Amino acid sequence: MKKQILALFLAVGVLAGLLGGCREATPQNSTASSTNAPSSQAPQKAEIAVGIAQDLDDSLDPYQMTAAGTREVMFNVFEGLIKPDSQGNFVPAVAASYTVSTDGCTYTFPLREGVTFHNGKECTFEDVLYSFQTCAAVTVNSSVAAALSNVADIREENGGVVITLTAPDPDFLSMAASVYIVPKDYDGQATAPVGTGPFRFVSRSIQENVILERFDGYYGAKPALERVTYRIFSDGNALFTALNSGALDLVAHLTVDQVESLTNGYQILEGTMNLVQAMYLNHAKAPFDNELVRQALCYAVDVDAMLALTADGHGAKVGSSMYPAFGKYFDSALADRYPHDVEKAKALLAQAGYPDGFSFTLTVPSNYAPHVDTATVIVEQLKEVGVEAKLELVEWETWLSEVYAGRNFEATLVGFDASTLTASAMLARWVTGDGKNMIGYTNPDYDAAYAAARDPAHTEEEQTAYYRQCLEILSDTAANVYLQDLADFVAINPALTGYAFYPLYVMDMSTLSFQ
Amino acid sequence: MKQRISPMLLLGGGISLLTVCAALLGAFWTPYNPTAVSAGEKFCPPSLVHLLGTDNFGRDVFSRVLQGMGASLLIAACVVAIGCLLGTAIGCLCGYFGGPADFLLTRLCDVVTAFPSVLLALVVVSLAGRGTAQIILALGVLFIPSFARLVRGEAARYRDASFIQSARLMGVSHSRILLAHILPNLRGVLVPAIVIGFNNAILSEASMSFLGLGVQPPFPSLGSMLSDSQTYLQRAPWYAFSAGAAIALLILGFSLLGEGLQRRRRA
Amino acid sequence: MKTLFSKFAALIITLFLVSALAFFAFALIPADPATTMLGSEATPEAVAALRAQLGLDRPLPVRYFEWLKGFLRGDLGESYLYRMEVGQMLSGKLAVSALLTILSFLLTVALSIPLGVLAGSVRNRYFDAAAVGLNQLVMSVPPFFLGILACYGLGIVLKWFTPGAYVSPEKDFWGCVRYLIFPALSIAIPRSAMAVKLLRGSIRDQLGQDYVRTARSRGASETSILLRQVLRNALLPVITFLAVSLAEIMTMSILIEQVFSIPGVGQLLLSSVSNRDYPVVLAIVMLLAAWIVTIHFLADLLTRLADPRVRLG
Repeated sequence: MKKQILALFLAVGVLAGLLGGCREATPQNSTASSTNAPSSQAPQKAEIAVGIAQDLDDSLDPYQMTAAGTREVMFNVFEGLIKPDSQGNFVPAVAASYTVSTDGCTYTFPLREGVTFHNGKECTFEDVLYSFQTCAAVTVNSSVAAALSNVADIREENGGVVITLTAPDPDFLSMAASVYIVPKDYDGQATAPVGTGPFRFVSRSIQENVILERFDGYYGAKPALERVTYRIFSDGNALFTALNSGALDLVAHLTVDQVESLTNGYQILEGTMNLVQAMYLNHAKAPFDNELVRQALCYAVDVDAMLALTADGHGAKVGSSMYPAFGKYFDSALADRYPHDVEKAKALLAQAGYPDGFSFTLTVPSNYAPHVDTATVIVEQLKEVGVEAKLELVEWETWLSEVYAGRNFEATLVGFDASTLTASAMLARWVTGDGKNMIGYTNPDYDAAYAAARDPAHTEEEQTAYYRQCLEILSDTAANVYLQDLADFVAINPALTGYAFYPLYVMDMSTLSFQ
Repeated sequence: MKQRISPMLLLGGGISLLTVCAALLGAFWTPYNPTAVSAGEKFCPPSLVHLLGTDNFGRDVFSRVLQGMGASLLIAACVVAIGCLLGTAIGCLCGYFGGPADFLLTRLCDVVTAFPSVLLALVVVSLAGRGTAQIILALGVLFIPSFARLVRGEAARYRDASFIQSARLMGVSHSRILLAHILPNLRGVLVPAIVIGFNNAILSEASMSFLGLGVQPPFPSLGSMLSDSQTYLQRAPWYAFSAGAAIALLILGFSLLGEGLQRRRRA
Repeated sequence: MKTLFSKFAALIITLFLVSALAFFAFALIPADPATTMLGSEATPEAVAALRAQLGLDRPLPVRYFEWLKGFLRGDLGESYLYRMEVGQMLSGKLAVSALLTILSFLLTVALSIPLGVLAGSVRNRYFDAAAVGLNQLVMSVPPFFLGILACYGLGIVLKWFTPGAYVSPEKDFWGCVRYLIFPALSIAIPRSAMAVKLLRGSIRDQLGQDYVRTARSRGASETSILLRQVLRNALLPVITFLAVSLAEIMTMSILIEQVFSIPGVGQLLLSSVSNRDYPVVLAIVMLLAAWIVTIHFLADLLTRLADPRVRLG
């Protein structure tokens, strides 16, 4: 009887497989035209539907928004005096150009002519001043707030903005880029944001969509797309189904398994997520206070095998707290500092006083599948050296309050990205006593190297060398079990071109166009 | 009264026995380690090596289904046990004694019924973390009212029955009446209710683990397998079908059993 | 009339208890809206300031009575995250969920009554065995599994609809209905199997009654007996079941909303709980609870109206 039931399942499975097989033979172009999705008229109306995995559920105010997903979308609406390009350089935006004084304390931004806000108002010095002052006062990004507290004076000079700092700050440009310029005396930013970017905000339907439209008064090159609808899918599987059905034109942050399961003939682009995924270890808790134990875990984990399992080998090993897009600082040699070596791991554990291994709880936020997948594999790999990791999935919000803020964890597997395009965005957090040093890393050598890197007395080359030294220290002391910068797959309607990957977590809609 | 075993009862009992045996087997032995990952064996179709194929981590789906069924059955059994024991106790007290306590407890049952079930599970999970014990607790509470309501009605009916009245006159204590006279008479309504409740518990457990609130990975549960398998429906249809069919089979067995028992009772 | 009044009073008390339970249960959950809203780059001072701004630093009972006062005045408060009126936020979501519930309900009725009558009246052993078996099988398939299959089979393979291409009812009512048919079917099919089972049993019971025999002996045709007399009596327990279904569909559609990515009340509830957006959660809890108790109240009333023998137990 059991066999018959089994056979029945198999028959049903095979049938479904056949159906799937037949489906592949149908011409791909029917995908977009036979649906009643809004995207079906896309080629004529130059509008696209983009699938995103989380709602823009925080404030849309540029200084209040916190979620990476919100910043990713609003990048198209807001601009600073300068903005990053896809190469990681800063290009003039609201400012026409910029110059830095030789002492590194005075920045001059001549304002561009004819920049208007989405509400039709012209952008003036008053707006820039207001933006900097408001941002300094209310921003939720503590590193931007810290950088702005260093501003001594902002004044108007020959139709430009001159900013004077109390002390030179090598990262000031990237901080300035995150001060979005908004119109003075407009108080609707939280729900109806107004900026100067190539797209203007049209509407937000909770958990349904966010609509942007081309801003025809944009000073720069006008985007080819007239309208971008971000459709929100709180469930990753539903997002995938919608993509596969042709309801969406563009979805980013897919995994290789999803991409390979896709059957709608979309083109696939591969980039990186620009984050450092690692098993972050709480140094305040035994046995992770022991460097030998941490090193043993590094040897026990086989990153290549993990990449093969979770991503068919896609993704870049990192080895320290820096991802490859930061070419200046990234050291690929560190990625192989701890080759997979079970015997060595066992020996180190024995030396540390744990010959029979130990057990710990690995807390992982459940909302992001790739971290859960990685953790699933790591748990199995650690068993080989006798270390039992108990996987505990928590909501992202619980993770934020308990693990990140409360530091109540043993080990956690997440990815850290850079909120600004600076080395310090990745490295400041490991300085002893830093508010964001969730693992409680304490190392005088590291602190000294980091302080030297930040010292304006050093040349840029010297600073870079010190930052690289920081990375080596993190790797040598096995601060965390560093894993990878995840591969970021983008599936895109074959008719669309011009997608650009950024070294930041943003998606630029202004470069996209239909062929 | 002729007690022929109906084909429905037979089939239901057979399927249930089969699933329980499979789950018991899974608790002690599975063809492969259900959590062991293997890069070389991702998405293998069903074959003699892997009866139900493998999943996106190269894990054996058959082994995972066996253990997942075990988890479902265990959770459902605990949930029904909690619901039935507490529900019967509350129902007996309310129905037999009546009064303000009855009113209050009945309101509490109404409150639990009116409270969205997913929400209660989310609250429990947020408070106590995700896991098997937590989901048992959350679902157990949800299952109390239906038993309580059923038993309350019966107990109230017996309260005025002549054999209970005469026992009272003979000076038998309340507790003895409840335990020795009323409780045995509840068997008739409780047995089918337990089987139906068991069914609902399996479905609820599957729903909760579909939402990620039940058994935690890497340990298998049918609901979370079904959730994970959605993306691979075309590439690995065996994955979704195995999990979905296992849930349906569990429910089918017990619903036939329940139906058969109910008909037998009526006959 | 007195019974009715006391039942109604009990309903109000139940709702009041639900609100208290929901409020205090949420207060116990770790993580509060302030940490959630400010994310990983915020300083503890900023979090404390936001807590004060949201009024989260006040004692719980004060906050509860404040909320209750607003609620009784019809003011549901403002969402912490979206900075919008909760009432305004909910109205759109409610329309979608109500539409899905109504569609599922109508489909359940449309499927179950003819099939139930058929199953109840055809007196062929093999047909009966097949019907009962099939019915039990359909009952056993979880709605979300059906939903997944529908998305894939009807959506991606057959292209009857485009999963994920949901349109809101305000924008395109019939487009929305067309999209919601498929999730509604996933809910309705297992549900109507249950109703069919009930109706079949109920018709069988009625067919054995004396009045049917009398009618037969008078020479009335089987069809007319079935449709004129039996069905009317047999439908009573089924109607109660269907009415209660209205309550259950609403709460059970959370999973279906997820599978079909329908932005309804269920999805909003899930995300509001994880965002700790209490005003929204409380509003939805009250809404769902009110819906459930009202339906049960009406179902009870219905049974009472139809059968005067039923009295308060």
